[in-house]
Amino acid sequence: MSTDATLSFEEAMEKYDPVLGFEVHVELNTKTKMFSSAPNVFGDEPNTNVNEVDLGMPGVLPVVNRTAIESSIKIGLALNCKIAESCTFARKQYFYPDTPKNFQTSQYEDPIAYDGYLDIELSDGTIFRVEIERAHMEEDAGKLTHMGGSAGRIQGADFSLVDYNRSGVPLVEIVTKPIEGAGSRAPELAKAYVAAVREIVKNLGVSDAKMERGNVRCDANVSLRPHGRERFGIRSETKNVNSLRAVEHAVRYEIQRHAAVLDSGEPVVQETRHWHEDTRTTTSGRAKSDADDYRYFPEPDLVPIVASREWVEELRATLPEPPAARRKRLQADWGYSDLEFRDVVNAGVMDEIEETIAAGASATVARKWWMGEIVGRAKNADVDPGQLGVQPATIVELNRLVEDGKINNKMATEVLDGVLAGEGTPAEIVEKRGLAVVSDDGPLLEAIDAALAAQPDVAEKIRGGKLQAIGAIVGGVMKATRGQADAARVRELILEKLGVEG
Amino acid sequence: MAAINRDDVAHLAQLAHIEMNAEELDRMAGELAVIVDSVKSVSEAAGDDVPRTSHPIPLTNVFREDVVGHTFTAEQALSGAPDSDENRFKVPAILDEA
Repeated sequence: MSTDATLSFEEAMEKYDPVLGFEVHVELNTKTKMFSSAPNVFGDEPNTNVNEVDLGMPGVLPVVNRTAIESSIKIGLALNCKIAESCTFARKQYFYPDTPKNFQTSQYEDPIAYDGYLDIELSDGTIFRVEIERAHMEEDAGKLTHMGGSAGRIQGADFSLVDYNRSGVPLVEIVTKPIEGAGSRAPELAKAYVAAVREIVKNLGVSDAKMERGNVRCDANVSLRPHGRERFGIRSETKNVNSLRAVEHAVRYEIQRHAAVLDSGEPVVQETRHWHEDTRTTTSGRAKSDADDYRYFPEPDLVPIVASREWVEELRATLPEPPAARRKRLQADWGYSDLEFRDVVNAGVMDEIEETIAAGASATVARKWWMGEIVGRAKNADVDPGQLGVQPATIVELNRLVEDGKINNKMATEVLDGVLAGEGTPAEIVEKRGLAVVSDDGPLLEAIDAALAAQPDVAEKIRGGKLQAIGAIVGGVMKATRGQADAARVRELILEKLGVEG
Repeated sequence: MAAINRDDVAHLAQLAHIEMNAEELDRMAGELAVIVDSVKSVSEAAGDDVPRTSHPIPLTNVFREDVVGHTFTAEQALSGAPDSDENRFKVPAILDEA
């Protein structure tokens, strides 16, 4: 495999202006598939979540999943799209073993949602508007595993094995208009855009939104043009870039590669590129050709979808607060600085802090614990902070123990470790580990124990109620501590120790 | 006569994975032209007042509730497969065709 020439990103940016475009596929988390009642479940035994519809048997009829339509409309609304009053499904014809029917049921001329936008916030707070061309409904394809040849890659494979469990899983494909003007922020914008789409569909509850499972998949289009030229350059489409980091890296790499091609005086080839996470490069897939002539036509087995305005408004009323609006509200409520809040968001503990505050902690306390203690421990354990096992109530209880003077901050972190080790609640751990002591009383208690042991008869008198006898013990303690103890506190501690009311 | 020539037919045949010889291509180019013309005459019959439709029956929103129904076992699913392995359909490597 030859390595493509690249320019440095800085040089590429000096010479050229990037134009981006994204197709993001979102798998819906309906219980069943788009057109069949087989279960939509990830990770089951191969070819067990299928029936005759998913396998494309002759004579079968698809029936549309109502929930999938509603989820699609919700996604359209959350992307500020118009919802089509009426739309249809279409057949997209191609031969490939991931599609047993030899066509994918999709939408073509009339997507369910169109003409929307998303305002994307970049890391420095800049807002960049990405226009949405359309969001259309379709079905996922089966999963191919290439066997033999070079491990797992289609190049050189001897044969492929097909699992149709994913066949027919409802998809919404979100297509942007060409994105101009991002300049050197293009890679960052790419990542932020896909993150925003993922956040929206997760927030809507319509997708599990796990990129590592392919619930959200991104195809990234990149082209370059000389600064000041209006006409777009020839684009490449990098397929299945399946993590947020990879989206950023892939766009950056393609900009660098295109720049080197253009510098050499050659035209960019319009083609599909495959992203390789290991080398952080792309390689040529297939050139766009006749194979892309999909001969779409209206799906004769499915009737049109009519979304009445009443239905759309009913669905709109169920939409949760948009993620961006929620972040603004939470930051204002909590009184965090921009930097503090950004750190919280980047650390992925915004939801956890919100729950901790709801459980009774102050915003300052919640941030101190999550950012100061838990994020670091989660990093060491290589899990998300929210999955470490710390409950909001744990933090509230720890903080109360500190505020009540039962333990100090140092002990509190020790108690937290105890909670994570499964030793029980903070109060139980304080008890078990013998931490429920204000440290200053430690030496006093030792001295009291010694004085009581030295004068058991006096101790007995005090127990018997002769409180004036206490002077002898206090004296012993004062002597042992060379007079540096607070006599009144010593008296209190002696009475407490002997279980006598003062 | 509709503009459908031999090259169009050869292109469609390739897309549809239909093997056709020279004689068949010639014959089909003629036949398809007649069919396309016939369809065209239907289009002429529908005036501007007839909305475009994708379906002969005036039905909309035929839905199914999102409730899990029947499935096949892997054995049933694979029962008609020419070849299988590890409970999956076995197919030839297909890169060259794409």
